[in-house]
Amino acid sequence: MSDYVTRQIDGGAPRSPPATAARAMPALLHLLHLPMTRFVVRRTAYALLSLFLLSLTIFFFVRVTGDPAMLLVEPGASPDDIAAIHHQFGLDRPLWVQYWLFMSSLFHGDLGQSFYYQTPVMGLYLSRLPNSIELAAAAMLFSLVIGIPAGILAAVNVGRFWDSIGKLFTLLGLSMPSFWVGLLMILLFSVYLGWLPSSGAGTPWHLIMPAFALGWYFAAAHMRLTRSSMLEVLGSEYIKLARIKGLPQTLVIAKHAFKNALIPVLTLAGINLVLMINVAVVVETVFAWPGIGRLLYEGIAFRDFPVVQGVVIMGGAMIVTVNLLIDIVYALIDPRIRLGS
Amino acid sequence: MSIPAEIARRSSPLAAVRKVRMRDYPVIPLAILGIVTLVAIFANQLAPHNPEVGILTARFKPPFWQHGGSTEYLLGTDQLGRDVLSRLIFGARISMVVGFTAVIFAGALGTFLGILSGYLGGWVDQVVMRLTDTWLALPALTFAIFLAAIVGPSMWNIVIILGVTYWTRYARVIRGEVLALKEREFVRLAIVAGCSKWTIMRHHILPNVINSAIVLGSLMLGVVIIAEATLSFLGVGVPPPQPAWGLMLSDGKQGLMVGYWWLTVFPGLGIMLLVLSANLLGDWLRVKLDPQLRQL
Repeated sequence: MSDYVTRQIDGGAPRSPPATAARAMPALLHLLHLPMTRFVVRRTAYALLSLFLLSLTIFFFVRVTGDPAMLLVEPGASPDDIAAIHHQFGLDRPLWVQYWLFMSSLFHGDLGQSFYYQTPVMGLYLSRLPNSIELAAAAMLFSLVIGIPAGILAAVNVGRFWDSIGKLFTLLGLSMPSFWVGLLMILLFSVYLGWLPSSGAGTPWHLIMPAFALGWYFAAAHMRLTRSSMLEVLGSEYIKLARIKGLPQTLVIAKHAFKNALIPVLTLAGINLVLMINVAVVVETVFAWPGIGRLLYEGIAFRDFPVVQGVVIMGGAMIVTVNLLIDIVYALIDPRIRLGS
Repeated sequence: MSIPAEIARRSSPLAAVRKVRMRDYPVIPLAILGIVTLVAIFANQLAPHNPEVGILTARFKPPFWQHGGSTEYLLGTDQLGRDVLSRLIFGARISMVVGFTAVIFAGALGTFLGILSGYLGGWVDQVVMRLTDTWLALPALTFAIFLAAIVGPSMWNIVIILGVTYWTRYARVIRGEVLALKEREFVRLAIVAGCSKWTIMRHHILPNVINSAIVLGSLMLGVVIIAEATLSFLGVGVPPPQPAWGLMLSDGKQGLMVGYWWLTVFPGLGIMLLVLSANLLGDWLRVKLDPQLRQL
């Protein structure tokens, strides 16, 4: 170590000390005491705890609210049949053993077997996922293309005509159930005008109505945030300076304010994209869009319990992971977060 | 105006009335909510027909102003010949009952846990907050669908499911407020005076957070009404033949492609008006009752 230090003082080329095992250990320990590492470790532990509680909740609800075997057999099945099913699915074993088996298969990526399709739930889920991502991406694009310009327009014209129009758009987006928007669109564009296909997937035309129905709510949320974020930025000192310098309004807004106002909106959009993948169930049902929401609906309709359970677990896992990643990225960018908590 | 006259004017009993001007009130949302509430209460007197029994020979009748419609069925009939207007009227009752009871249930649960978590701190706080985080990590609607699918459809099941799904927001906000409140003088004095933790929570903390709970409740009402409609639309909510608006929309799909628009437009309009009013009222209450929540 002293050798290393002297060379540094002498102005020699800085070189890292030889990494022997004996020296790596304190370095690792040192790393553990860094605020960032501590933050990541703690936040990951919380995320794992969330996932554990989620699995426990789902497991618990399924067993407490009724006998899963009853979901499998026809009404009026004999006690022998029910007992056979119990044995087949291990439902006659102690609860903690059942939970252990449930968890260990989860860790192997096994979500069980679909009752209806007789194939692994994971395979079904993965085969539907690309469609859901496609729909969510289109809805996201729509919500940003509408939401961000509308938010800027409203922020620049606070209290005036365009702000009121924006408020109305937001209010309607938050107040109309997405499936009703979808049904009205089918009525108008498929039944009366005959312009767009009412259901299914395959062409870009199929994507327009579901993306709009799903995206409106989020467009409203993005518009609200863009507006308030723009207002905050427009009130800041550096914008005042830019104006005092005599820069034209469009330049101030487009170059100075817009970039900074966009950061929170894009963060929200990131979270919302994951949410869109997971909450599209009604829109996918209305338009018969073959995504995971539709899979969930079929699971309910066919009493295909492993499918329902699998979709909910995967959705929860996806959201917990994304939240964890966002927190870590935020802590990397903003030291107050990792030091503060 | 002279100063004494100004003081006299401001302290007169009429000052309070003057201060609250008519334009401060969200008149339209209050009127809509009031009308829907009255319709829900007097559904039996107002509905011209039985909402659950139809005449099969009178199926798919359009509203009275369209060709083929009659004043017998003002807003037309559905696929079983049931009167749409009567179903809408009784549907208002279901939406209001489910909406209000679910919001109150979620509010009571969330406020209770929020106060407990904020005031007691320590491991109680840890447990409640981890539970809240877990709950918030789930897509609420998907989780509600999951619960409804295993519990089975019934109106009261939906109330309980929506309650256990949507309590987290209350718990978060209320806990934050309690953390600030418990450092205040009056709470410290209560501790010095020897009040038990329970008494402090009930008599000193609860009255101070109830405003926030009401504001959150009014903002949640719209969310819960849409959630109920969604569950019913998917067939895991209020079971048929009850006239829930979401269920009516689901039934209306049968006539959608042949252009029976009244089965789709009217129930959705009902949901939209109700949720719109609830949201507007919530925004107004937020500004009036709780300036701290304006940023929400």
